[in-house]
Amino acid sequence: MKTLRITTAGSVDDGKSTLIGRLLYETNSLKTDQLEHIETKSRSLGYDYLDFSLATDGLLTEREQGITIDVSNLYFSTPKRRFIIADAPGHVEYTRNMVTGASNAEVAIILLDARKGVMEQTKRHLYITQLLGIKHLIFTVNKMDLIEYDHDEFLKIKTQIDKLLGEYTWETQSFFIPVAALKGDNIISKSENMPWYKGETLLSLIESIEIEQDIQENTLLQVQHVIRPKTEIHHDYRGFVGKVKSGMFSKGDEVEVFPSGSKSKIKAIEKYGEEKTNIGTGENATLLLEDEIDASRGNTILKSNHSLQSSNQINAKICWMQSNALNPNNKYWLQHGVQKSMVKTKEINTKMNWQKWISESTESLQMNDIGEVSFQLAQPLLFAPFHLNKKLGAFILIDPNTNNTAGVGFIQ
Amino acid sequence: MNTLEQLEEEAIYIIREVVGQFNNPALLFSGGKDSIILLHLCKKAFLPGRIPFPLLHVDTGHNFPETIKLRDELVEKYQVKLHVGSVQESIDQGKVIEEKGKYASRNTLQTVTLLESIEELKFDACMGGARRDEEKARAKERIFSVRDDFGQWNEKLQRPELFDMLNGQIHSGENVRVFPISNWTELDVWEYIRKENLEIPSIYFSHKRAVFVRDGQLMPSSDFIFNEKEETFIESVRFRTVGDMSCTAAVPSEAIDLDTVIDEIRDSAISERGARMDDKRSEGAMEERKKVGYF
Repeated sequence: MKTLRITTAGSVDDGKSTLIGRLLYETNSLKTDQLEHIETKSRSLGYDYLDFSLATDGLLTEREQGITIDVSNLYFSTPKRRFIIADAPGHVEYTRNMVTGASNAEVAIILLDARKGVMEQTKRHLYITQLLGIKHLIFTVNKMDLIEYDHDEFLKIKTQIDKLLGEYTWETQSFFIPVAALKGDNIISKSENMPWYKGETLLSLIESIEIEQDIQENTLLQVQHVIRPKTEIHHDYRGFVGKVKSGMFSKGDEVEVFPSGSKSKIKAIEKYGEEKTNIGTGENATLLLEDEIDASRGNTILKSNHSLQSSNQINAKICWMQSNALNPNNKYWLQHGVQKSMVKTKEINTKMNWQKWISESTESLQMNDIGEVSFQLAQPLLFAPFHLNKKLGAFILIDPNTNNTAGVGFIQ
Repeated sequence: MNTLEQLEEEAIYIIREVVGQFNNPALLFSGGKDSIILLHLCKKAFLPGRIPFPLLHVDTGHNFPETIKLRDELVEKYQVKLHVGSVQESIDQGKVIEEKGKYASRNTLQTVTLLESIEELKFDACMGGARRDEEKARAKERIFSVRDDFGQWNEKLQRPELFDMLNGQIHSGENVRVFPISNWTELDVWEYIRKENLEIPSIYFSHKRAVFVRDGQLMPSSDFIFNEKEETFIESVRFRTVGDMSCTAAVPSEAIDLDTVIDEIRDSAISERGARMDDKRSEGAMEERKKVGYF
């Protein structure tokens, strides 16, 4: 059973933590002591209901302010599926934590407050899910109890979303569910308050949603480490280890090393000390080559018949995540998988205007801005555009002064 | 790939990143089930070579003797170097003061010893077996978690962590705590122990022990725990976590082997750390300890 990774998204106070707390509660994933804690705490805060957000807002400052600051990863399962769900913060200043939570997700639950509809943060988060290539979107219109479960209001919000999606050619599968997370309507059982809603409940939707396999023709790995035991039996052993990013290696394959261009053949494949004939995507491989060629950490070993490009000029969409702005001529470390190279910003071309929902020209990117930027690299990069290969199309930018992860990039 | 295979791939990838990115890493080893798994993953990651870093055990002096025995056997088996940081020494040197009274525990004191050991041995990365499903503050932690010069965790300034790209760049004096089994649940840990046939301390299985009831929990009777009035009796118990003896409560159990332990956890209504008195000291007990450098 493959684990489904879900992220939540949406503006502040749309009820993300409450929704997750409710899901955990209804699937019996909260243990007695955790539930007792929620009950006692809710009572002491003077609520006449259970505040399920207390299940995920784990930091003292979050509880004090009633908001989510950093992403929590929660684990639960039902007889049908196993889930990891990220409770992401809604505040604009914590966008970086939302991106962190969403980066590995296959499904995004985007919450909207039924009274407010689409907010600027809804747009930003929707755009981020598409930067990250999340295809399955569940627009969850929450707090329906506060608008008397009104069907027309729900349809108005759906129309707003359809309009936003219509402006781009994203390949998405969208679902719309009206819920009241605090009361439990349409979370795991059908709401009697909304007979007009004929679709699935949130839980049955995430249990049944189908995730397509990402199949890639190019076969490669980046070298993480070289194993050299230097013992008597393994005197000449040189094992190049790394995670297979895409494709499948087989014994006897002709391979080359990037960037050196050296060629060789796979003499043997091992995994954790045991020999194998093939090794596929996502597995940690140890490759032993026939020739004594040079390959070190960060180099790529790939099958010779590949169709990838390499260049020291790239164009990428950037989500900027630190307070020092991204300006032309700034230098950063670019980390692409496990490989690092220095880059210089050449030009900031555009940035998103959330109000108008279009990109417009700009000189710099401030924290939480998303825009298109061109870079000059110190070494050539072997890549594929992100929409064709997620593993080869994404990178992070590290500020050499602070060592902080300052931005994330998606190669166009 | 099934769930356990996915989790193993993820953990070993992270362990290899640690060796790739840091000069002087170490594995924090408590002798509990999570650190035993981590040690086993480290072995797998570098076969046919040896584990290229040492273990660091922060010894509170109040350990379960079963844990220490197995620790020494494993060190021998995996041929790794073991450093021991002693809380007793920190107390003797006057660097920390022993807590007094009924709830006295050395759990908090071990942070000082841990930070001193890291500084003295100049470790730039310390791997630990913490998991996000254990506790609500841990659910927020990154896989590469940067600590400042004082060993502190700043919960408001965690680095973004995207896809599988781990940023271990630090300034001198800083260090990183790394959690390769972040995404494992308690059940995954037990199922992996069964799959890989790993040896764990006997106290994880049901045994007869002298205990007493305190605040609704079964505490082991021991010289380390102050007990004047509470009545001691013999009960069939096991431990779900293995911490300092003074803060780890037992649960009543008849589970004598891995199969029965796994069944018991599946049916359990209490969370794993529900029997950890150190988490119950206050609402943000774990977070407050993490902020000052706790593992």
